Amino acid sequence: MKVTDQDVVYVAELANLELTEEERAGMLRDLNSILEYVDRLDELDTSEVPPMAQVSDRYGMDEAKQGSARFAYASREDVVEGLRKSLPREEVLANAPDADEEFFRVPKVIER
Amino acid sequence: MPTANMDLKFLTIDAVRTAVQERKTTAQALAEAHYARIQQEDGQIGAFLTLSKERALEQADRIDRMAAEGKTLPALGGVPVGIKDVISTRGVRTTAGSKILENYIPPYDGTAVARMEAAGAVVLGKMNCDEFAMGSSNENSAYHPVRNPRDLSRVPGGSSGGSAAAVAADMAVVTLGSDTGGSIRQPASFCGVVGLMPTYGRVSRYGLIAFASSLDHIGPLAKTVKDSAIVLRTIAGRDPMDSTSADVAVPDYVGELDKPVRGMKLGVAKEYFSEGLDDEVRQAVEAAIDKLKALGCDVVPVSLPHTPYAIPTYYLIATAEASSNLARYDGVRYSRRARGVNTLSEMYRRSRDEGLGAEVKRRIMLGTYALSAGYYDAYYLKAQKVRTLLTRDFDEAFRKVDAIVTPTSPTAAFRLGEKSNDPLAMYLADIYTVTADLAGIPGISVPCGETKEKLPIGLQILGKHFAESTILRVAHAYEQA
Repeated sequence: MKVTDQDVVYVAELANLELTEEERAGMLRDLNSILEYVDRLDELDTSEVPPMAQVSDRYGMDEAKQGSARFAYASREDVVEGLRKSLPREEVLANAPDADEEFFRVPKVIER
Repeated sequence: MPTANMDLKFLTIDAVRTAVQERKTTAQALAEAHYARIQQEDGQIGAFLTLSKERALEQADRIDRMAAEGKTLPALGGVPVGIKDVISTRGVRTTAGSKILENYIPPYDGTAVARMEAAGAVVLGKMNCDEFAMGSSNENSAYHPVRNPRDLSRVPGGSSGGSAAAVAADMAVVTLGSDTGGSIRQPASFCGVVGLMPTYGRVSRYGLIAFASSLDHIGPLAKTVKDSAIVLRTIAGRDPMDSTSADVAVPDYVGELDKPVRGMKLGVAKEYFSEGLDDEVRQAVEAAIDKLKALGCDVVPVSLPHTPYAIPTYYLIATAEASSNLARYDGVRYSRRARGVNTLSEMYRRSRDEGLGAEVKRRIMLGTYALSAGYYDAYYLKAQKVRTLLTRDFDEAFRKVDAIVTPTSPTAAFRLGEKSNDPLAMYLADIYTVTADLAGIPGISVPCGETKEKLPIGLQILGKHFAESTILRVAHAYEQA
């Protein structure tokens, strides 16, 4: 067993998840079975292999350009409403479970 | 006047557009006929989560007026389509198959949807899917599962199960899906339709509810390869709203479909025909490869030696990214909020606990674990390095061949409930599809026969980056032969 019940509680806390006792037991079983399978990655020697976070710096790019110059097309002027108008406040707030006319409302954060 | 009995079976994009253009029918009648079909069939299939009838009929009316005025209709003029419920539609509820977004009304359209509508498509509604696109059977939808139209006791595949089933059951001419580990191609294979995952960055993801940002793709599910090409041409191309959308010219996919495939080099990798592959699937795919040979393609063996490591790599990277992307569902801005909470942290936890399903929580947990202090190097970083190896496998193979042909899935559609209690068994349903997502290369699944039980089988064709034209051409040649 790689993952202990204590680990499950700790990771759930990091992830802001509240798990019932039953969910915790299931999670313990599933995480261990998945991680056991994942362990086959250790068969590979990757000491000389660079990590890859994404693919878009590898393909379809102007090879002559280096570093961030390759992504120059993805940058834009830092101006208000540069790409589109801001979304109307009332439409955005309409999706909030609790809001007044200007702000999202949440339970009190700071005790007086 | 067309009715529910109108034959929707052979309706392709060009057939619709021509009929509407020539006033043989109207976009409105076609939309109504599809809604009647949905009314009749979808109770038992479950492909739609939300219908957008008002929006559809308004658009249909616009198209009909264009036709009446003798204006040339755009590429998708009057074509009834469905949109996977992970893609935002302005004013139309978008749930991502999750309870946590059950009341979410996006204030804007995803770029792919906007481009479809600008090209004349009529959006009938939103397609059911696994919650946040996490699943391979559509059983993880928080609303209801989708059933395979070919056999209602079986799954349609996932996560774009509703998108595939709707096309298979003639409830839409084409649909949009999303593919992170196989979620367009595997359901296309299970339902007997064509599913195309474009190159990473080919199609803007602005408005796509994020699952794993380095792996998510939007693409079409359709009845024919040509329809897939028409949709891709419509939605592909640079979008300033998505900085990962590539600044690469969009070729005329449709115009290139009929170019000959004679002399094209197709790779076959033994790693995709190994243990776990169903015999009937193997036979169908081998027969398809023979047919491609008969069309003049050269079939050559290639090796993709790291294939057995794709699933573990995928499940570490995808879950790590998901754990970060899904942190936004906290009960503040748009998600459902738990009642009776007193503190902010209680609100976060309880809202997520009530709103998220078991598989989503499992993946958030796995991803958080893989990223956590002490495990980052062993899991997340290790997976990123193996991702490099998997990508190099393809680089190497594509030095020798133009495309690679494989089965799309190791089996035909399985039964509902068959794998739902075993996450690992479910993950293995994606064994032939995940590697393309990790490498960012395009892939298409095209029907290649059936099992004895009449279940569809899919042939997958993988191509080089931005070589959608090549795989579409091979798929088209196979389909037409």
